[in-house]
Amino acid sequence: MQHIRAHVLVCGGTACKSSGSQKVRDAFARYLEEYKLQDEVMLVETGCHGFCEHGPLVIVYPEGTFYCRVTADDVKEIVEQHLYKGRIVERLLYREPLTQEQVPNYDEIGFYKKQHRIVLANCGEIDPENVGEYIAVGGYEALGKALTQMSPEQVVEEVKKSGLRGRGGGGFPTGLKWQFAKASVSDKKYVICNADEGDPGAFMDRSVLEGDPHRVLEGMAICGYAIGADEGYIYVRAEYPLAIKRLRVAIAQAEEAGLLGKNIFGSGFDFTIHIKEGAGAFVCGEETALMASIEGKRGMPRPRPPFPAVSGLWGKPTNINNVETFANVAQIINNGAEWYSRFGTEKSKGTKVFALTGKINNTGLAEVPMGITMREIIYDIGGGITNGKKFKAVQIGGPSGGCLPESMLDLPVDYDSLIAAGAMMGSGGLVVMDEDTCMVDVAKFFLTFTQSESCGKCTPCREGTKRMLEILTRITEGEGREGDIELLESLAENIKATALCGLGQSAPNPVLSTLRYFRHEYEEHIKNKRCPAGACEKMLSYVIGDDCKGCTKCARNCPVQAISGAVKQKHVIDQSKCIKCGACMAGCPFKAITKG
Amino acid sequence: MKSLADLHALRDKLKSDLKLRKESGTKIIIGMGTCGIAAGAREVMAAVLDELARRHLTDVQVQQTGCIGMCDKEVLLDVLRPGEARITYGNVKPEDVSKIIANHVVNGNIVEDMVVGKIENK
Repeated sequence: MQHIRAHVLVCGGTACKSSGSQKVRDAFARYLEEYKLQDEVMLVETGCHGFCEHGPLVIVYPEGTFYCRVTADDVKEIVEQHLYKGRIVERLLYREPLTQEQVPNYDEIGFYKKQHRIVLANCGEIDPENVGEYIAVGGYEALGKALTQMSPEQVVEEVKKSGLRGRGGGGFPTGLKWQFAKASVSDKKYVICNADEGDPGAFMDRSVLEGDPHRVLEGMAICGYAIGADEGYIYVRAEYPLAIKRLRVAIAQAEEAGLLGKNIFGSGFDFTIHIKEGAGAFVCGEETALMASIEGKRGMPRPRPPFPAVSGLWGKPTNINNVETFANVAQIINNGAEWYSRFGTEKSKGTKVFALTGKINNTGLAEVPMGITMREIIYDIGGGITNGKKFKAVQIGGPSGGCLPESMLDLPVDYDSLIAAGAMMGSGGLVVMDEDTCMVDVAKFFLTFTQSESCGKCTPCREGTKRMLEILTRITEGEGREGDIELLESLAENIKATALCGLGQSAPNPVLSTLRYFRHEYEEHIKNKRCPAGACEKMLSYVIGDDCKGCTKCARNCPVQAISGAVKQKHVIDQSKCIKCGACMAGCPFKAITKG
Repeated sequence: MKSLADLHALRDKLKSDLKLRKESGTKIIIGMGTCGIAAGAREVMAAVLDELARRHLTDVQVQQTGCIGMCDKEVLLDVLRPGEARITYGNVKPEDVSKIIANHVVNGNIVEDMVVGKIENK
């Protein structure tokens, strides 16, 4: 065996793959061979590093050099300069946006400095398709410890003491959930991992499954031991092909190594895990609908109680947790509840992974201790708003969450503060919006989503969200009426109080929170038929200003002959004829046409 | 795998493969400037990697550096043991490598007759 002197880690997360990391990896394989370095340099495909905005990412060890936006064309230079001659390729290093300073090592980058990675500790650091690398960094130690040195009661107690709460959105104490499932007496019990991540803009579960699948399997097996289950299901959407592939590889490798299957660690405990691919219905993230879907039925929720801990999958006691929740378990068992509860706030312990999207410089995944402020996440980690625009709002918690305005930026991010502010943790998707975003339009977007994802079983959700969407649509089209706001509010309260499941109960949240913080925008739309952000197309009017030279180009471009004026005279748009297509503005050589 | 002890044994075996991604002990740094390569730095590097593999010295890092100006004495090879001075050896040939690794890297005894430079540890 030869001494491996360098490791090249190429990110193989979905984001980097879609920006071309497969080609980068192939190019490395080719050039390492060309320079005869293939035996002394190890090429590894890892999971997501979270810094997706700057992908494809490549890290070279032992130096820990962090290369950003690497293309296949850059690879020859990295191999020749860095791996062959030992010279860092400076032009590919990350630059801090504010100082323009080059940062060679990735733990020194602002994006990573404020993070604390427990769940994502291995993501991007190990090969997710090699159980050996997971074991080498301490994997399956927690399962071994639980099975051989702890009783199921002690495991439940440890998780309870850690203060871990469900990371899927609700925030229910995980240990308590396990205790309920454990207390149910039955010949058969199940553990389910909810990987039906569906919020627009959320991709943290996907990254954990793709980057560190064994961590989730280990968490599930520990849970199985604690509650007395010998079988588990991972319900993952079919739109996550890479996650599914890596999970299958991981399950096969774990079974081969004896880490899943019969008599694990000689303890007499058996545990097997199956994968159930979901067809991508949002409502199947709701636990009762999810179980119906596994059973082969139509994915629709049912009233609770009975709760899954009493009667779940096939009528047997079942414990359902989210991917990120399971991903925390091994660390809690390894390091103890006391260690874990040092992170976070009084009532929200540990860390949370957030997916940063929207008008933010560093799109990507960030894991931060609970209680950090929204400002720190958006500015210190996220690098602020793109194109130097002004921050307007952040949408947190997906279609069930809410929008928070600038005045709430210093709010500590934890389950309870967010609920009090009219939003919710949700799965942790953060969509950042700038001054060009219309808040009525945002509410309409999320309601369109929940409306089309409503399963139709209960009337408040099926009919109520449809009526709300109709009202929002007419407001954004300039047809809003006096009393619409009040009608929205009363519909929202009714739906919240009477819908069958979480989807319907939380569907009005985006409307309520935008009404709470941005009511004036709704009023502007309704009373003055104006969209203050200039986003609602139907309410815009195009106006020709004094820079007009009378070149007649706009009049000729207009498809509906709405523009009139003599040659070399200022032209005028007839607003009653205008269809707001924007052709005049796009073609004006003097930039004399504005919209507003 | 039958027991927790099996897991620990396997982990200890596999851990060395990933050591490179953490801070590790001794560093061997080879001059890979054009001058170094012309003088045979790649061959020296190959000899170093072979010797480390033969002796299972998994926590020794091998790095390269550019030309430091002493082109006349290439191939230059530095050994940096944690907490000790950085020693630069000059005119290193592949056949010198096992001597340097045995004496200096493993046992901490500098091969004085080949030393061309020394940087004290700050």
